[in-house]
Order: sequence, then C-alpha cells, then structure tokens
Amino acid sequence: MPAGEKIQVQDLRLSYGSREVLHGISFTVTRNEILGIIGPAQSGKSTLLRCLNRTIDLIPHARVSGRILLDGRDIRSGINVYDLRRTIGMVSPLPVGLPLSIYDNVAFAPRAAGLKSRVDLDEIVERCLRQAALWDEVKDRLNSLGTKLSGGQQQRLTIARALSHQPEVLCLDEFSIAIDPVTTMRIEDVLKELRREITIMLVTNLTQQARRLADRTMFLLNGEIVELDRNEVIFSDNPASQKTYDYVNGIYG
Amino acid sequence: MGSAAQPQTSRFSKTEFSQRKQRVEGVARWLFFAMAIAMIIPLLAIIAYLLVKAWPALSVEFVLDVPRKGMTEGGIWPALVGTVYLVFISLAVATPIGVLAAVYLNEYAKDNWLNRTINLAVINLAGVPSIVHALFGLGAFVYAARFGYSILSASLTLAIMTLPVIIASTREALASVPMAFREACWNVGATRLQAIRSIVLPNSTSGILTGVILQVSRAAGETAPIMFTGAVFYKAIERGDILAYRLDEQCMALSMHLYTMATQVPNVDESVPYATAVVLLGSVLLVNASAIAFRVWLRSRKKW
Repeated sequence: MPAGEKIQVQDLRLSYGSREVLHGISFTVTRNEILGIIGPAQSGKSTLLRCLNRTIDLIPHARVSGRILLDGRDIRSGINVYDLRRTIGMVSPLPVGLPLSIYDNVAFAPRAAGLKSRVDLDEIVERCLRQAALWDEVKDRLNSLGTKLSGGQQQRLTIARALSHQPEVLCLDEFSIAIDPVTTMRIEDVLKELRREITIMLVTNLTQQARRLADRTMFLLNGEIVELDRNEVIFSDNPASQKTYDYVNGIYG
Repeated sequence: MGSAAQPQTSRFSKTEFSQRKQRVEGVARWLFFAMAIAMIIPLLAIIAYLLVKAWPALSVEFVLDVPRKGMTEGGIWPALVGTVYLVFISLAVATPIGVLAAVYLNEYAKDNWLNRTINLAVINLAGVPSIVHALFGLGAFVYAARFGYSILSASLTLAIMTLPVIIASTREALASVPMAFREACWNVGATRLQAIRSIVLPNSTSGILTGVILQVSRAAGETAPIMFTGAVFYKAIERGDILAYRLDEQCMALSMHLYTMATQVPNVDESVPYATAVVLLGSVLLVNASAIAFRVWLRSRKKW
C-alpha cells in the first residue's frame, strides 16, 4: 500500500445506457488532503462520487469499468458494500433531513450497522452534532423532526449523519448550494477541522470555495480530467491548460 | 408627446378582444362548476331516494334481526355479518400480498422483461370483469382447491379481485416518498430493506390505507364473485350472533341479499330491498369515514 494514497482511481469509465459519462479517468487522492473537484454541470462530478461509495450500483442502466482502490483494496469486487459506504461519508447537494427526529437522523447509520446501546448512541449523536457545529442549536430539542430544521441546519444535520459512521473519506457534493453564505462559512470551518482526521473530496460549483479550502483541485470537463494539480498551480495565472484558466476565471463554462 | 392625445386607449384599456376573452373565461368557469355540481346531484338523489323508499322498513331491529317468514319479514343480520366476514377476510389476504408485491415492484424491480410482464399482469388483472373473477374462483377455489362453496372460497375470489388495485395504489403511495430519502439511507450503509422499513413504509401508510379502504366498498358491493363461490340465498343463524359462520360454511351477504330480495322472493314489501341497500351503503360509508378520519390524523403528523 503506497503511503500517502487514500484513493486510487484507474481508468474509470461509466455509462448510463449508451451514453458514456466518464471517459476513463485516473487520479489519486492523498490521505488527509482536501481535494476540490470543479467543473460545469453534466461533467460527471456527482457520478464520480457515486462510483466511490458504489451507490452507482443502485442506479438502473449504469455500467462501470476500471478500478477504484481504497487503501490499495479494489472496492469494485468482493467487498462488504455496506461497510464501504460507512467508510465513505456522502453529503448531497440538497440537505436531506430524514423524516425522523434529529436524534434518530444521526443515530440512523450506527443503528443500521447494528449498534443498540443507548449510551453509545447518545455519545455518537452528541459528538457528531458538535463536529457539524449544530449541537448548540438543537441540543434542547433532539426529539423534534429533522425535516423541520432550516435548510442550513438540515445540511449540518446531513454532515453530522455522514460523520456518525466515522468515515475515513468525506465526499461533499455541492453542499453549499441551498444554504446561506454565513452557514457555508461555518461548515467550511468544520471541514478545516475535520481534515486533520479524514480525507475530504469537495465537489463544488464555486471555484472560489475550492480555492479557499482545497489543497489540490481537479478540473473535470465532459467526463475527462482537464487538469489536476496543487491549488497554487490551478488558480495561478498559468495552469497547464488554457481551459482551466478560462473556467477558473469565469471566461468559460 | 404623440400618445398623450389618446391616453385612455393606449394602455390597459379594454379592447374588444380582451372583453371576448373575459366572456369566454366566465362561461368556461360556469361550465366547469356546473359539471362539478352535476356529479353531486346523482349521489344526493340516490341517497335521498333510497332513504325515502327504505323508511318504512328501517329500524335497529331490521339490522339486528334474522329474516323470518320466508325472508319477507324480520331483518338482515346474517347478510350483514356475512359481508363483514367476506370483506375482512378478503382484505386480510389481499393487503399483505398487495403491499409486499408493490414494495417489490416499486423498490426492487429492475426494468426488465420479467418485471414488465408482472406490471402488465397487474394492469390486466385490474381490468378483468368481476363475473370472470367469479368463474375463476369457482374453478380454482371451489373445485381445484376443494374449498367448496364457502366463505373461504368467496373471500379468496374477492381478494384476487381487489389485489391489483391495492398494488397500484400502494405503488403510488411508495413513489410519493422522495427518492432523496432512500439515497440518504443507502449513503450511510443501510440496505434497501432498512430504508424501506424505517423511512419509506412509515411515510406511505396514509396512501396505502386509502387504497385498501377503497376496496372495502368494492368487496362489499360485488355480487357476482361471491354468488358463484360462497354466498347463499338463505342461512339460518342466531339473531345478533357475530361468530355465526365458519370458514368452510356458506354465508349470506348484503349484496346477494339485495339481489334476491329485489328479484327472487315474491310478496316482499318494496321497502325491504331498499332498506338492505341503505344498510350496505351505510356500513361502507362508515368504514370510509373512519378511514378518512384516521388519514387526516396521519397527515397532521406528516413529517416533511
């Protein structure tokens, strides 16, 4: 197992029916980095994340080829897919509070994994809500519905839920699309804290967000990686590709 | 300014075209309203007519008593109890099968030829006339399965008749639970079954219930399927006895009783079949009303 490499993607191809969405992409994600993924709509960013936690399996007509290694282990065959999904936390673009109490929202994943002890669940719920910077706002009403929280709160609840199964990689898919800038900043601070322990993949439409948070950024365009490099290069005046420069500076896309 | 000379006609003033539009709009509105009202009139007329015709025979005794003197007097208790048995047993059979089948079709089924065939079968089963169900029940349950002419055969026939509608309405209820909830569950390592049990089913109960309840009136009202398989012209049971029938016995039923009283029995007072109809309609409406109340309560607890 190569030391710094958390995820290796090798020649990943994906098609929905006859339409190929990812055209054989390869890259690595380094342990404890924040990898930004930018690119216009329909470039395959969300699909890429679905491949990582294999929720792509649940989508009809999706065909995948290529290899994805997590800590050197091929995740595409012979693994316990439920544990894989717990190892890779996923935060979706629109906040999804499950129609359960705030407590049950966070306790859902541990329970689905078979944990029953109330003491342990209490501990997990409090830890994750604190990590997601939501604890102080909801600690007195853990039994009220998660779906009745505001959009920003629900998004932090989603992050708390994604942390509840102690993921090693956290994937965020345009997490700030439905929330206000202040909440976005709070969550960005949370992410900066989290990166000490886990690896983060941040799909975002806001190039500035990738610039602020990421160590390296990937520019994905029409299912191909145009460029993947350190932020100093991607957001400099002369990245390797003119397309990257144009996109980052709002000239393209 | 050139336009200042005729400011009234230049902006926002009524034109012939706009006035015609307004008239058409008015006519359309009244036409739609009239059709909506026209739908209520027959319903009210039916209920009023039934009540007026049934009035001389209607009483608590009529509901609780058994038929007497060659069914020309007395009440309809055996038929009422029989209908309750048939409806309850048929839905007790059809609901679990229908709901679980719908869960498969909506939550698990991939789009392949087998599942398309199942879908097609469900749709076609819903379109089969009740008399054909009756013949099938006769062949399958009465003869082939050797259940004989019995409550069991009649209930199973009704169950098959109601099944496709329960499947269809349950699928609709399941589909109304947003996909994002399921994905959120899968994302944290839950299986489909865990997502279904904790999120999808609890949040589609109200819709599933509606579908099942609508089938109560259908199962209670159908005559043909039970006439061929288990309903009988006359059956002597104790007055007011709820546990009168066994599964392997034939029973009386309201719909069947209504038919016999109206066409087969001579010298019956005209009010008797009408009163039977009122009891049938009344019990179905009672079930529907309680179901609606339950649903309103469920909706008030809607979680998103």
